[in-house]
Amino acid sequence: MGGKVGRVSALLPLVLVPRAQPSRLAAWGSPLLAIALTLAAGFVLFAALGQDPWHALNVFLVQPLATVRGWGEIGIKMTPLVLAAVGLAICFRANVWNIGAEGQLIVGAITGGAVALMAGPGDSRVFLVGVIVAAAAGGAAWAAIVALLRDRFNASEILVSLMLVYVAQLLLAYMVNGPLKDPLGFGFPQSKLFESGARLPIILPGTRLHLGAVLAGLAAVGGWVLLARMFLGFQLKVAGVAPLAARYGGYSSRRLLWFALLLSGALAGVAGGVEAAGPVGQLTPSISPGYGFAAIIVAFVGRLHPLGVIPAAFVMALFYIGGELAQSRLGLPAALTGVYQGLLLFFLLACDTLILYRVQWRGLGVREA
Amino acid sequence: MIPRLRLEHVTKRYPGVIANDDVSLEVLPGEILAVLGENGAGKSTLMKVIYGAVRPDAGELAVDGQAVRIDNPAHARRLGIAMVFQHFALFDTLTVAENVALALPRGERIAAVAARLRAVAGRYGLEVEPGRHVHELSMGERQRVEILRALLTEPRLLILDEPTSVLTPQAVEILFGTLRRLAAEGVSVVFISHKLDEIRRLATRCVVMRAGRVVASVDPRAETEAGLARLMIGADPPAIARHLTPPGEVVLEVDALAGGEGAGLHGVSFTVRRAQILGIAGISGNGQAQLMAALSGEVPTRPHTVRLFGEPVGALGPAARRARGLRYIPEERLGHGAVPEMSLTANALLTGDGLHRAGFVRHDAAVGYAQSVIGRYAVKARGAQSLAASLSGGNLQKFIVGREIDSAPRVLLVNQPTWGVDVGAATAIRNALVALREAGCAIVVVSEELDELFELSDELRVMARGQLSPAVGAHDITVDELGRWMAGLWPGGPALGRPERAAELDA
Repeated sequence: MGGKVGRVSALLPLVLVPRAQPSRLAAWGSPLLAIALTLAAGFVLFAALGQDPWHALNVFLVQPLATVRGWGEIGIKMTPLVLAAVGLAICFRANVWNIGAEGQLIVGAITGGAVALMAGPGDSRVFLVGVIVAAAAGGAAWAAIVALLRDRFNASEILVSLMLVYVAQLLLAYMVNGPLKDPLGFGFPQSKLFESGARLPIILPGTRLHLGAVLAGLAAVGGWVLLARMFLGFQLKVAGVAPLAARYGGYSSRRLLWFALLLSGALAGVAGGVEAAGPVGQLTPSISPGYGFAAIIVAFVGRLHPLGVIPAAFVMALFYIGGELAQSRLGLPAALTGVYQGLLLFFLLACDTLILYRVQWRGLGVREA
Repeated sequence: MIPRLRLEHVTKRYPGVIANDDVSLEVLPGEILAVLGENGAGKSTLMKVIYGAVRPDAGELAVDGQAVRIDNPAHARRLGIAMVFQHFALFDTLTVAENVALALPRGERIAAVAARLRAVAGRYGLEVEPGRHVHELSMGERQRVEILRALLTEPRLLILDEPTSVLTPQAVEILFGTLRRLAAEGVSVVFISHKLDEIRRLATRCVVMRAGRVVASVDPRAETEAGLARLMIGADPPAIARHLTPPGEVVLEVDALAGGEGAGLHGVSFTVRRAQILGIAGISGNGQAQLMAALSGEVPTRPHTVRLFGEPVGALGPAARRARGLRYIPEERLGHGAVPEMSLTANALLTGDGLHRAGFVRHDAAVGYAQSVIGRYAVKARGAQSLAASLSGGNLQKFIVGREIDSAPRVLLVNQPTWGVDVGAATAIRNALVALREAGCAIVVVSEELDELFELSDELRVMARGQLSPAVGAHDITVDELGRWMAGLWPGGPALGRPERAAELDA
């Protein structure tokens, strides 16, 4: 460890000194610092684009939050991100690299949507339970393929889960062009609109924010309880950082693999289901604008912590909506959202150094002996 | 004579601890200097300062009278300083020659390195096959690679950190012969150890470190072992308790255990009784890991291969065996016996079957258990929330041993109970094992330290090439005889075949 000290010192009067223990303050402060730095960089960026930086930042970051409706839109974007990212955070903590949440989300939308389409005009909202359960089952089943291939044949879960995303996308395209296609839809590849009994109710009047947001909150809290309070969560964490120690403890790596994949698959499936039964209201070929992949970033920005993904998803959602506003009101390119997300990740990774190291002031003009 | 190396007022602080406190010493050309001290006394840090792996906060170094600032290990090697680390820094997936080539200046072909390796190996009696992959090698062989790698840089100062812990008595003699020869050629040797007899046999001068400071510089040949121990610990070393309770009925039976990873085991059968310590000697890599994996349940076998209190348990996993009173202390502390990135509380939970209930962790109970182990076994840690990785090796070992012993095991498996642990902690651990035996526990101790096995065991067996020797009473065999058994030479044991074993026997 000691050998890594102080390479900066030749340039700056600062050195990095290893901490005895990782700093909790830095672990939580790092994302905040990263956001501040992102805003500072964004200020420069807007100025370089010929905009008034204050005005542009206002449009990008403040305007989306200026109305209740805007908050609702943020919440709608956060919902699938949080649901999928909680499962991924748990998976990644267990060293199981499910990067196919997008596929599980799509299959969840298909199975949940298929159940939703069975609802008749008069059915009550109890029907929604069936929709959510079917969505969870669909996502879990899709992830089970990954678990099975990894368990039986030691296939890489990274590759298998990723490739299954494309299978899921084709499956969705087949469904909305075939069995689930709206017969009265003029040939468009989409299902009919779900009946109101199969639609998630609005929870905030004046917005489109739906009951799925509550489910996302519950998933985050449940994930936190699992990892922080339950023995199973402890086993997952041990298996993630020290597989030999997990074997020593007698924790079955197969059982943990299945659990992590089924849980994250089910949560991603629910994300797809609530997206279909929430703001979209039907099955379309583009049911997900890449929520499953964005959730990977959210999980990491949220420090693989089930509650941490909530603010992370908020920032990501804000960048989405702020990007849309900047596009329409300022005529800035749509790539702005991606640039901001990239800046955030970049600064976050840099700030994470402070978890294991502290900065020490060496004083100007003093050189090491 | 100009000293090969001079250190003046070297100080190195880490957060919360001063590893080296105003250390000054000299090493002359051709001298064998021993640095003696308990774990945590600051020996390893001092050596890393010399080798450029750690930069001191204060103090000066001079090589051959020239003041230098050693920036990194490559710089140290250019100055003629080479180091053999306690924890091997070898890449498992590379061959011996490739590993050695990595430490040499660029541009030398692997074949040329292999040829030089053979020549140096032959000259110093350190046989090793350059084309073999490191993962196939025993710990003893890996250390030879480390030493050869150091020698190939033609050092004028060679530092060895605890080099004998993985060697048979015969191999230790070969190593000492090599070191004496190097010294006679004018190479300065710095030898870090806590083994008093070895220091007295090898070194011409001995520097004793305690709590980061040099407290004495003596001629070890003129000192008794007790005298050296007193200097090192600052007090008289505690004595090992005696065995009083006679062994009882058989509690653990192993019947024709075979297979396992690598070369595997061949027909291993033995029994252990209540209130009995069975010591298993042997060089690492001869099947001890496979034996422990099978006994602990990490690698299940057929049910009747392992019987615990008469019940076939071969197919059960570690948790089920723990529930039946069998506990295990693995050789590797970090990542096997403990999770380095987690707190001592979490590490108490690792095998703490009473510390969770109905699926939930009993956090207060886990903290209490960790604190009680820290207190009872004098573990130096800031508290139960300290990360396992922040403890020194000896302290973490005390924690793991304490964690398993305090759960009142009826059968205990221990692999290398005191590897890299200082004298005081080692004595504490051995005493805890003897006390456990007196309380009726059956104990299997796998160790490479023969002194330890003779001290602890009722019965001794030797493991060589996957086979287990017959049992012999600890008082009925000499160290030399046991050393020959370690090469597979017990009546009916696995025949000799490998040249390095033959070399060890000829010594």
